[in-house]
This record gives sequence, C-alpha cells and structure tokens, in this order.
Amino acid sequence: MKNKVAITGNEAVAQAMKQINPDVVAAYPITPQTEVVQIFSSFVSNGQVDTEFVTVESEHSAMSAAIGASAAGARAMTATSSQGLALMFEMVYIASSLRLPIVFPVVNRALSGPINIHCDHSDAMGIKDSGVIQLFSENAQEAYDNMIQAVRIAEHPDVLLPVSVNFDGFITSHALDVLEVLDDDTVKSFVGRYQPEEYLLDAKNPVSMGNFDMYDFYFEHKRQQVAAMEAAKKVIEEVGKEYEAISGRKYGLIDAYRLEDAEMAVVVLNSAAGSAKGVVDELREKGMKVGVLKPRAFRPFPFEAVQEALKKVKAVAVLDRAETFSTLGGPMFADVRTALYDLKNDIKVVNYVYGLGGRDLRLEDVEKVFGDLADIIKTGRADKFVNYLGLRE
Amino acid sequence: MEKVLEVRWHARGGQGAKTAALMLAESIAEMGKYVQGFPEYGPERMGAPILAFNRISDNPIHIHSNVINPHIVIVLDATLLGPKVTQGVPDDGIYIVNTTKTPQQVRGILKITGGKIYTVDANQISLDTIGRVIPNTPLMGAFVRATQLIPYEEFMENMKAELAKKFKKKPEVIEGNLKAIERAYQEVKSE
Repeated sequence: MKNKVAITGNEAVAQAMKQINPDVVAAYPITPQTEVVQIFSSFVSNGQVDTEFVTVESEHSAMSAAIGASAAGARAMTATSSQGLALMFEMVYIASSLRLPIVFPVVNRALSGPINIHCDHSDAMGIKDSGVIQLFSENAQEAYDNMIQAVRIAEHPDVLLPVSVNFDGFITSHALDVLEVLDDDTVKSFVGRYQPEEYLLDAKNPVSMGNFDMYDFYFEHKRQQVAAMEAAKKVIEEVGKEYEAISGRKYGLIDAYRLEDAEMAVVVLNSAAGSAKGVVDELREKGMKVGVLKPRAFRPFPFEAVQEALKKVKAVAVLDRAETFSTLGGPMFADVRTALYDLKNDIKVVNYVYGLGGRDLRLEDVEKVFGDLADIIKTGRADKFVNYLGLRE
Repeated sequence: MEKVLEVRWHARGGQGAKTAALMLAESIAEMGKYVQGFPEYGPERMGAPILAFNRISDNPIHIHSNVINPHIVIVLDATLLGPKVTQGVPDDGIYIVNTTKTPQQVRGILKITGGKIYTVDANQISLDTIGRVIPNTPLMGAFVRATQLIPYEEFMENMKAELAKKFKKKPEVIEGNLKAIERAYQEVKSE
C-alpha cells in the first residue's frame, strides 16, 4: 500500500480538509471534534491552505458564516459534534433549503442530558429530517474518503445540498488507525474547482437568496429538495465509482458484508459495523449464515439497495445508537422495517438500541443478537421487537 | 502473527500511557503491520487510573470495541497492581510492570501462577535519562524485549523518527527518550 499512514480519525479528516483546500471554514470547537479544526487552523497559519478561517462565537454562527460564504460563491465548510450540532440546528435547515453545498464533518457524540462526551448517534439523528445528506464512516479511512467524495456529491448540479460526514466520537476520532491517503494533486483534481451556477457575488447575473416564500411556492421548493435527495442516490454511486478509480476502494450507498447467502443480518452504522463484521467472520467459521449491512448513506435512505441486499434473509436485527422515545424503537429501525415491509417476504425485523453515551459494544453483544435471530428463525416468532443491548435492567 | 495481538495499558493520568500507546502503534505501523491505539476516555484527571489499548495484526483490523482479553498487559504504575490488571488475561499472558520489585514479588501481588512477568524500574531510568519521572517511553523498550515482535534496531530507527516528529519544538529531549528505551530494553528482568 502506498501512502500508508498511522493517524487518528480527526487527523485524517483534517488532512482531507487540507487537501480539499476550501475557500472558507467557519467553526467553533467542541469535544470530540475540536482536533479537526485545531489541526486545520494550524494548516491555515502555516500557509498550507488558502482558506479564510473564521473563528466564530458559536455553532449557530459557524453554520451561518458557512451559509453566507457558500451563498457568496465560496466552497465552505464547518465541523461540529453533539451540542454544537444542536445549536446549529436552525441554520442546518436554512443551508439545505438554500441548496448550498456545504460539507461538514459531524464527530458523533451523545446529546445532553445527562451531560456526556462519548459516542452515540443522537446528534446526527436530530438532523435526519433537515434535508442534509448524511454519510457514515466505519473507520478513519472511510471518514477521510467520505470527506473528499462529499465535496463532489454536494456540488453536483443535480444535488446542491449540504453533506455531513459522520464518524464515531473517540472510537474513530481519537483512535490511531492505519489508512491510506491520496496525494495532494490527486485530491485537487478529483474535487476540481468549485464553479457555482448562481451565486450572490456574481454581479453580471444578480440573484437573491433566502426570500420570503409563501404558500404559493414553499411547497414546490420542498418538493425540489426531495428530488435533489432522490438524485443524490445516483450521484453518490457515480462519485463512488470515480473515487474507486483513483483510490482502489469501493464506495456505494451501502456496504453489504457476506450477505450473498446470509439467512440473518445485522444492520448497523459507523464503527460498530466493523465489530459486527469481526463477529460475522467468527460465526461463519462455525457454519452460521450471517452478514452485515452497513448503510453508508443514511440520508437519502437507500431503501432500494437495502431491499435488494436483504430480500433473501429470514431475520434482520437493526442496531440503533440513538433513541427516538417513540416506544417503537430507534430511528434506523423504522426506516429498515418500512423498506422491507413491501417485499412481503415475511422477513422478521427486530431492533436493538445499543451504545448510548459511549457504552462499549462488545463482541458478545453482537453474538447474542445473532443468537436471538437464530431463535426467531427456528420458532418463526419475534415477540419482542425493541430490545436493549449491553444495558443493566 | 495469526491472530490479532491485543495490549492493555494500566496507568495514571499524566504518566503518558495514551501517548505511549499511540507512539508504539505508529512505530509498529512503520513495519507494515496494521495497528490500533486508543485510550479509554474517562473523567480526565491527573493521577486517576486510566486504560489505553493496542491491537496489532498482519491484516486489516475491523473490530472497534474495547480490549477485554489482552495477551499483553503493561503497567506504568505499580500501585495499580491488583485484580483489574489480571482481569480477562489468558493464562499465558505477558505482564510488563514499571516497578522496583522483582518479577517474583509482582507474581505474588497479582496472585497468578501462569504467564510471564517482566519488571523494569522505568521511573529511575526516566529520571536518569530524561530528567523527570515519565515512565512511558522506557516501557516501550521493555515491550520490544518482552514480545520480540519487532527487531530492536528497526524499532529504534522508527522511534527516532516518531520522536523527531513529536518533539519538533523540543529536540533536546529526543536523545534522552531514546536512551531511556535502550536502557529499559537492557535492564528488564523476567521470570
């Protein structure tokens, strides 16, 4: 492997930002994202990037500044975690409805309260209905690769939406991992120059943005955002293929691991997918037909790809690292179960909420899930469909 | 190496276990192996017990959970010797301990019959070579000796580069750290 390096997830993402060399980065520090902007700011002060770095007083301002810069015609980024994303919430909707291709890493961390700095996905799930594309990353390599591809996805003329790149706080952000980085010129030519069709500083073609939008047009504008999300599915796959050509690493809407002949599957996002793959390898050696489905894109939700990957399995467990408090399970459970419902294949779909506030997902936990699925197949019954993994009760 | 080799570090906040776990991983990665290095982030206080982990493998490592059954345990602070140090360790586990005690004495404290125990006085070594008690780098020398995972010369070459990178603004401490690793490598006792 050439350009193999041993760095942390945060270092990998800062490195990707350096190679993308955006025009504007506006950010406010928050654990566990802090290192990303801290390292990036050193690239700025050392003159290794041409970026205008805006030190703002809050995340609400960070996204606001990124919106202003992006609307003006700049390639803009921010980065955040947890409470920062919560404070940014209002502006995230503005960014997506203004159709601004802002790329921002979200280093996943639990939302308060009780206050906690460790990993879960409650921050990301808070913006799942905001119109932002959400990519998830199993490890530092994927976080790095997703950052570079996110620029192309966001800026594609059929898409023009913000893209958040999610990776697990501490587990990925602060852990040293081995990955391969591309050289600067390869990244530079892959992301290309940002040439927006319409932007505020284009004096020859004046446009206005953020106008008051009444009942006569608001609805149509929302429908256009849905169409952009729909188009994003194809673009994510196309950009993934192009990226494979320069990196040798495959990227699509989902990552289907040993699912070809699987009877049981676990669906899970981010780093826990890696641990689940490890368990699958062990159980396969014992003759169990098991696999893992890791959605890479969570928004848009790639339901066609999920249906295709899971249509032959008999039982599925969806692992959610966030609660909805609906009493009907986690957020991804609802999406996966809905996607599989129309197949009419009588696939049993159950839910496990795990890892809230950074609770470690142990390999035995994943083994237990597959054990439960085996029982469901044997008895043909799934009585309890919302479960908690690694919880004291 | 057939399986993933797992390492657990026991230390107190401020002793440099996280730095050591990451530096060890970086220098082993230089040899083309796959590695992970990560601490368990708790309430970060100077002096509080902390854990850090490594995984080392010839193949890419998928797993991201904490290390539960480490084959190698490194203890930076002898006051931590107790049941938590032996927890989950297989019978043929390796213990590398910073202490003035003998391996036999450590065995008695840990109440184990199997495994292999290495001891080194990393506090004194770091005081002599670096000028203050910072036992993390010497422990890496003991690790190299105990595991035979890496040829000593190659490890030192990699470590020289790592230290040069880490102490770009304090190059005067590099020599002392290298000396500390070398002395620990030579002085480590085992049984």
